[in-house]
Amino acid sequence: MLIIEDLHAMVADRPVLKGINLEIAENETFILFGPNGSGKTTLLMTLMGFGNYTITQGKITFKGVDITHAPIHERARLGIGMSFQRPPTIHGLKTRHLVKMCAQGREVDVEGLAQKVNFDHFLDRDINAGFSGGEIKRSELLQLMAQQPSLVLFDEPESGVDLENMHLIGRTVRELLRGEVEPDPKLSMKAKKLTRKATSGLIITHTGYILDYINADRGQVLYNGHLCCEANPRDILDHVGKFGYQECVRCLN
Amino acid sequence: MPTPIDLKSFKFTGAEAAPIEDLRTLSEQDKQDLLMAGVDVDERMRSGSFVHMNHSNVHCKSHHKGVEVLDIKTALKKYDGLPEYMWTLVDPEKDDFTRGARDNLHGGYFIRTEKGAKVTEPVQSCLFIKGNQVGQNVHNIIIVEEDSELHIITGCAVAHDAKGAAHMGISEFFIKKGGKLSFTMIHNWGEDTTVRPRSAGVVEEGGVFINNYILLKPVKDLQMYPKISLNGQGAVARFNSVVVTPPGSYVDAGSEVILNAPNTRTEIIARTLTTGGVIINRGRISGTHVPAKGHLECKGLILGGGMIHAIPELIADVDGVELSHEAAVGKIDQEEIEYLMARGLDEDEATSTIVRGFLNVDIQGLPPALQEVIEKTLADNEKDMF
Repeated sequence: MLIIEDLHAMVADRPVLKGINLEIAENETFILFGPNGSGKTTLLMTLMGFGNYTITQGKITFKGVDITHAPIHERARLGIGMSFQRPPTIHGLKTRHLVKMCAQGREVDVEGLAQKVNFDHFLDRDINAGFSGGEIKRSELLQLMAQQPSLVLFDEPESGVDLENMHLIGRTVRELLRGEVEPDPKLSMKAKKLTRKATSGLIITHTGYILDYINADRGQVLYNGHLCCEANPRDILDHVGKFGYQECVRCLN
Repeated sequence: MPTPIDLKSFKFTGAEAAPIEDLRTLSEQDKQDLLMAGVDVDERMRSGSFVHMNHSNVHCKSHHKGVEVLDIKTALKKYDGLPEYMWTLVDPEKDDFTRGARDNLHGGYFIRTEKGAKVTEPVQSCLFIKGNQVGQNVHNIIIVEEDSELHIITGCAVAHDAKGAAHMGISEFFIKKGGKLSFTMIHNWGEDTTVRPRSAGVVEEGGVFINNYILLKPVKDLQMYPKISLNGQGAVARFNSVVVTPPGSYVDAGSEVILNAPNTRTEIIARTLTTGGVIINRGRISGTHVPAKGHLECKGLILGGGMIHAIPELIADVDGVELSHEAAVGKIDQEEIEYLMARGLDEDEATSTIVRGFLNVDIQGLPPALQEVIEKTLADNEKDMF
């Protein structure tokens, strides 16, 4: 699904990613760990193609297409979807309208999807205007549900979220990764399985709370622009909890 | 800078027009020009209609017994010159344009509600100019009697093929105790039209004045600065303006509100967008009594050229007045464009979505018919704007 080869990227003339190699298979969820400033968010932003992130070397291939220098919307239309940490407010743009646009011409039950993330009361508000941490997450998930990406990039699903919301967000991320986003209770379990779309995930987490909700296959630590320490995400989390990221430095050397 | 206006180059006599009994008999092109200024020729969901063409009133009807709609000349005769209202808020000696309207009045509307009448469907009016170098002097009086409610949509337009036109419009608004007026003005001028509205209003105790202004079409030179005094306890005024200037347009527009009694409130919100023209966006709130609250918001976007000069002013001379303003002139935030692109919109789609949102001022208290007109006006003009 996604192949990253020897990826080097700079943010405002400062090298941040220094040779990333990573492959995420169809239907696979990959967890990215790493201390603050190690380049995790940069990796996501570079994959999405944002202007401030310059690729100096390497290649990104998604569904067999070289997207290393593709504009953002082409990546989105190919199936990459991203949940933003701090999305900008767009005044006068109603949440409902944006969710509709996310579906890119497909019929979408905005109300039904919004109810799933308890966001139906926000549909007539300007997108992100005065949204709390949890509300931003629910709004981002709602947009992703309408977008139906085949690869979800998620930067810290837990940040700024209270415990009650964490449950809702965790469940929704799980459904999103399983491809169960159509709010159609009439379908039987078997029919649901058939309509599922394989969705891959690349998720950044510090706390690991999200691991209680999803089946994460693989994890790795990003340290100072290099990927290292591939293991089961739970094991990485335990290890970092006990010894800190210093261990990674040793492992790299 | 605008060139000085030579009023002598316009014809202020001789462009009389014949009455039009049924607006549906207008030519298709005229209908289209009127429609773009918010006038429904079928008069669906309208409480009354008034059309003034060049130097004559051509159509004047009320469909609601709670509201009187007259040509100002008829009203002056009927009510002995309207001494309590006519020229009481605007000084006829203010400038050449007010003097012109005093000395050679062509018409204008007189709209008055009955005390307590709730006229929920809007009265529509249109001041229309057709022909070459026509100068038009109108004077409008709007009286909202105690505890009544009135909605007016007024479109000002020039015919598609008009060459050179000047519009001088005096408007005086009187909102009595507990009255509510929403006044929505859509300007649909041409690239060689000169426009000088001169407006003022008073709002008494508990009265509400909502003023919406939309200018999306080119205009050569427009200058206006309506002044509203909130003279009674608890009076409220809200101004929402959306102004777009293509290359060649010069617009100097703003509003002034005086918080002249305790518990008065106002909000002046302006969205300006230039694609090459000039916009001077003024706003002034004065607080002279407490408690009183006012907020001013001038936001401007420059897309590809032009000039925006935002001039927000707050004046207070008593302890405890709460006035604030927020002014910003800039470009579209790249972060907003990229956010929408990440949802699959290309750069142009993202830009127009953001601009559309920027111009989409939330206006409370409008009947659905008016909300529809505003949304339609924005949507219809979108493709011409950039």
